[in-house]
Amino acid sequence: MPKELWKGNEAIAEAAVRAGLEAYFGYPITPQTEVLEYLSRRMPELGRAFVQAESELGAINMVYGAACTGVRVMSSSSSPGVSLMMEGLSYIAGTEIPAVLVNVMRGGPGLGNIAPAQGDYYQAVRGGGHGDYPRIVLAPASVQEAIDLTALSFDLAEKYRMITMLILDGSTGQMMEPAEMPAMQEIKRKNFEWATNGAMNRERRILSSIYLNPLDEEKTNLRLLTRWQDVQANEVRYKEYFLEDAQFIVIGFGTAGRVALSAVREARAQGIKVGLLRPITVSPFPYEALEQLTGQAEAFLVTEMNTGQMLDDVMLTVRGRKPVEFYGRPGGVVPFPDEILNEIKRIAAGPVPVHSNPRVSWLHRATAHA
Amino acid sequence: MAAKGWIEVSDTYCKGCELCLSACPQGVMELNMERLTPKGYHPAHTFKDGCTGCAICAVVCPDAAITVYREVTKAAPVAATA
Amino acid sequence: MITPNNLVYERPEAFTESPTHYCPGCTHGVAHRLVAEVLEEMNVVDKTIGVAPVGCAVFAYNYFNTDFVEAPHGRAPAMATGIKRVLPERVVFTYQGDGDLASIGMAEIVHAAARGENITVVFINNANFGMTGGQMAPTTLPGMKTSSSSLGRDVETQGYPIQVSEMLSTLAGVGYCVRRSLHDPKNIRLSKKAIRTAFETQVRGLGFSIVELLSTCPTNWGMTPVNSLKFVEEHMIPAYPLGDYKISEAVKQIKV
Repeated sequence: MPKELWKGNEAIAEAAVRAGLEAYFGYPITPQTEVLEYLSRRMPELGRAFVQAESELGAINMVYGAACTGVRVMSSSSSPGVSLMMEGLSYIAGTEIPAVLVNVMRGGPGLGNIAPAQGDYYQAVRGGGHGDYPRIVLAPASVQEAIDLTALSFDLAEKYRMITMLILDGSTGQMMEPAEMPAMQEIKRKNFEWATNGAMNRERRILSSIYLNPLDEEKTNLRLLTRWQDVQANEVRYKEYFLEDAQFIVIGFGTAGRVALSAVREARAQGIKVGLLRPITVSPFPYEALEQLTGQAEAFLVTEMNTGQMLDDVMLTVRGRKPVEFYGRPGGVVPFPDEILNEIKRIAAGPVPVHSNPRVSWLHRATAHA
Repeated sequence: MAAKGWIEVSDTYCKGCELCLSACPQGVMELNMERLTPKGYHPAHTFKDGCTGCAICAVVCPDAAITVYREVTKAAPVAATA
Repeated sequence: MITPNNLVYERPEAFTESPTHYCPGCTHGVAHRLVAEVLEEMNVVDKTIGVAPVGCAVFAYNYFNTDFVEAPHGRAPAMATGIKRVLPERVVFTYQGDGDLASIGMAEIVHAAARGENITVVFINNANFGMTGGQMAPTTLPGMKTSSSSLGRDVETQGYPIQVSEMLSTLAGVGYCVRRSLHDPKNIRLSKKAIRTAFETQVRGLGFSIVELLSTCPTNWGMTPVNSLKFVEEHMIPAYPLGDYKISEAVKQIKV
């Protein structure tokens, strides 16, 4: 298919449609409202279900209902709205059914602003909803990647009967880039043996997340965790740039990773042996890849658009064996490549000590300028 | 003449809630204090004749514990026309 | 001696064999029975998907022989919307208590009704949060004692009850909205007719349907089952008058 100019949010919407999205339930919130608006025209055009719900709370519960029937269903929101969905996500996880959620992150916490941020990493990757449940989280850094990962998220959600979240920030949602849209997939309703779609010619089924007997709930928790082992073993994805001989390794996801790539290219042009590891799945996190790089690297630089969230996953893996530095721009500020380039140069000039808390040393540098 | 009816109250479902007793228009129901269901309730039963099979007990029963039967009466044969 | 001709009434097949966990005399059982009878009579049991609430009826799915899903507290109308929008030819109903529907679920029920979702809501109003031990609910009567209004509901500080049927009937998307009661055989029969009409409304695509059923809660009201029926008659009906609050012209044509 030829490339066309696509706006991030609309590209995600269309990619979902092409992947067989049968139902979309959403609510307006900047900077993702275009997903809702686009699908409000596109879904009825194709005779598929669309509802603008009374709130994000309503939306996620509509997703929950439709997901119980086994069709491909999605919602999208941005940070504060995703917070409202946490109850629903926990229920969906506890019911072990597939669903896709797109979070176009904005500055926070609280009402924050509508500028791009990555402040919901913890919420997406660690929990958000109550209880022990895993979820797959994908982080695109371009419109094309957003298209590709949207299609993938439905496949993964169904394969593992789990929530797949796509986290991007407002800039990727709003930007327009040339991208290739896959061909339209025909809707093929799969006959999942768990789906509650009206008990025609079969035993009736129940879908619920209630396990009153604690021993049954324990079994459920262990089952979810066991399934997660499969995901960790098979679904880790990341991109590597200039890593073969890299002495210094930058780690960033989404837009932060993309900006870092520009900095890394420029640093290489200036003779610094630096590379970039950009996780595509932030959950499951590429622990093994990072573990392997720990041997070769002299130092790591984690860069995110928050106050250091993926940083913890990096620290967990590196375990103090090599220095880890941090550079963050929270609150909706998008870093420029030269900011990250300066950090790379600072580290390359080194030596940098092994901090127990790179977040604090960054904080001092950040507030010293202010 | 009122039809003759009879009921069966299930020990599995009856909880001795007594709603059927006051609902019965013929007043022929009471709790059987001589027996207990497996859950420990005194089940309802008819204690005298007079059940007409009206099924009002079944209508008020929250547990669908009552099965109701009614005698099917045949009308007297019509005399041949003269 | 007993032939099928003799049978006047037996347990509906749409009921599973499980004895219910409801308190003796609780009219949840009556409402369940009526819904099961209606689904059987309409021959839609194997096309039905129920949405269970959080409340005493959280285990409703154990009693009906249909597919069932379990909603978070108050969200049943939203879940039902999700199901009905992707499976429009199935029969989808929610079964909710007054805490579930009128407290935490108020936004979901109003909007499902306003959107005219072709779902049927069976609304059990017994003026308290039953499952959690009898707390004050949006439908608790002024002066009524509950575990969170132990001196009796004080309208000055705890507000007034909400008349759900009256409120929902103002919405254009509603095809059928009535209030009935389960306190005596005549009213139980009228309730069944209303439930039937509500499901017919759905099956004919005539909009949102809801039947509010005044019900008892003997345990939390601290009364015998028989006395709690009297409480409904003497206290709840004056506060929640029985009647037809909205029947659209098209629904009026339905003959059951």
